[in-house]
Amino acid sequence: MNKITSLSDLKQLREDIQSKIKLRERSDFSDVLVQIKVGMATCGIASGAKETMNVLIEEAERQAIDVVVTQTGCMGFCYAEPTVEVTIPGRDPIVFGHVDKAKAREIIEKYLIQGKLVDGIIPVEFKTIHD
Amino acid sequence: MKTIADHILDIIQNSVRASASRIKVAIRESEMDDTLTVEISDNGNGMDQVTAKKARDPFYTSRTTRRVGLGLPLFQQNAEQSGGSLHISTLEGVGTTVTATFRLSHIDRPPTGDVAGVFLLSAIGQPTIELSYAHLTGNGCFTLTTTQLKEALGELPLGAADIMKGVRELITNNLESIQASK
Repeated sequence: MNKITSLSDLKQLREDIQSKIKLRERSDFSDVLVQIKVGMATCGIASGAKETMNVLIEEAERQAIDVVVTQTGCMGFCYAEPTVEVTIPGRDPIVFGHVDKAKAREIIEKYLIQGKLVDGIIPVEFKTIHD
Repeated sequence: MKTIADHILDIIQNSVRASASRIKVAIRESEMDDTLTVEISDNGNGMDQVTAKKARDPFYTSRTTRRVGLGLPLFQQNAEQSGGSLHISTLEGVGTTVTATFRLSHIDRPPTGDVAGVFLLSAIGQPTIELSYAHLTGNGCFTLTTTQLKEALGELPLGAADIMKGVRELITNNLESIQASK
């Protein structure tokens, strides 16, 4: 394919892959989709939250699961960054700490697909550095 | 923060927390003046003069989850370490503009970094915010807004792998053609 250098090239790309991509009902149905929030405050970014978010988006796409990945601020667990909050519809949100690339893949693979719990959960009664 | 792009991602989060609906990121490089200027402006809540003064203090934050706020202080430190400065202009109810200037050729200037990735992640992570990016060098100018992207992509999600790759390519190819610093 040609190099993409303009918005019209991007439109071309859209036409090329439109048929390949199954259109998902995104944000309108966010209450039935898995939601992943990546902590993207100064502490998160400095610990590599950008790479974590990239991997989460890529991996969810590769495994073909419907996930809404968004950013959030600091949850107070700066010592455990990058932190990621995963909400499966109908269940309580779970916060994972120290989510590097490998951990991010593990969360998708084990927690989201196989339904197993994985290490690294920050319990809700855990203290933030403020307490 | 290892790159200027990391700082941009960080300051964008400040704007998000200030309930901005429009965020503009502009990078200007001038070889003649030997400067690299990063300007992030939003139409969020803004700050009063007292808060604006405190914003540079690493031990001030508007959050309650922790007691430090290092985003702006680290940005300022990096700018000053490379012979530049950080300026905050803000008006309550109107918005805030953060401007950081770096000496382009300074050995301690952090690399520009993955601006394309920052634009993409911010656009995906904050889908309701209108984000615009402009990069100006002596060889030309490149601009991109999320509105343009939505127009070009229609219903296709920005987070789809092929689309992300395409947008990333669009940005990096254009930055290359205006010889943006790395």
